[in-house]
Amino acid sequence: MKRLLPFFVFVLLCGLLGFGIWWNTHHEMNEVPSPLVGKTAPEFTLPLLYEPTKSLGRKDLLGQPYLLNVFGSWCPTCQDEHPFLMREGKSLGIRLIGLDWKDQPEAAKRWLQQFGNPYQTIIVDEDGHAGIDFGVYGAPETFLVDAQGVIRYKRIGMLTPDVIARELKPQIAAISAGRVATP
Amino acid sequence: MKWLLLAMLLMAQPATAIDPLPFKDRAQEVRFQNLTKQLRCLVCQNQDLADSDADLAKDLRQQVFKMMQSGKSDAEIKQFLVSRYNDFVLYDPPLKPGTWLLWFTPGVLVLIGAGVLANILRRRGQSRLTASAQIAPSDGEPGDSGDIDPREDW
Repeated sequence: MKRLLPFFVFVLLCGLLGFGIWWNTHHEMNEVPSPLVGKTAPEFTLPLLYEPTKSLGRKDLLGQPYLLNVFGSWCPTCQDEHPFLMREGKSLGIRLIGLDWKDQPEAAKRWLQQFGNPYQTIIVDEDGHAGIDFGVYGAPETFLVDAQGVIRYKRIGMLTPDVIARELKPQIAAISAGRVATP
Repeated sequence: MKWLLLAMLLMAQPATAIDPLPFKDRAQEVRFQNLTKQLRCLVCQNQDLADSDADLAKDLRQQVFKMMQSGKSDAEIKQFLVSRYNDFVLYDPPLKPGTWLLWFTPGVLVLIGAGVLANILRRRGQSRLTASAQIAPSDGEPGDSGDIDPREDW
């Protein structure tokens, strides 16, 4: 038994290293879980992209759940994500709000003209201040906010069809059923 | 040629990503540098805010600067960032139940190692005692008693 002890230690070490490899390949290393999930969305009032004289704030969006998609015309991954929003945005059954982040409105308009506009409303955060309040650190990011204004889910990175089916839709279903989904 | 090289070396400055900020005085600048060195850039995650050239890092430096100007303490500024970006923005993770493993595992491992070592040494000492007790009556060479292979204890 005593002779086998080093062998067991070796097996344990192999297990630990194996877990390290598995873990690093199965989760996004750059993903930082947001402390805002489960909390009320931060206060914001931002101008609309197509009607800059009008603005939209956190309180205006209360009463119905919505999806806030942070994008920018300068962001290549947003371009990759865009077709999925075009295709699946309507089928989600909730409002899709675009947050044009650290972008020039003119560039965003051109971008949307070229690729299509999946959003019901787009607000512009030119200096990135609202983005900081939302804890955004790289577009695209997407927040699911419920009717009470509480952030229920955050996606860092692209919304792929797989993520939409596996994570987003169950969360939306949970909101409409009035319960808290376990991610 | 040598002089030219020397001149070039003297002119070279450490590459920093500092945007000119209108600091009140030198003390505030030092405080700003210190604080931003303790904060992680979320975009290039192995760089601190002071060093990073990422666009977001610039915005966050501006934010830190603005909060300093309005008289916020370092703790308040850190709290502002942590509430948005998680403890991950702090290079020095706070001690709380979620980080106990991180903080205490090394100490626990050292203690376990010390325990194992003490055990081995104690047993080796014991076997040496019995060995020398056995050897003493006869004419054994003096060096023999210390020559016990520690591997036998495994």
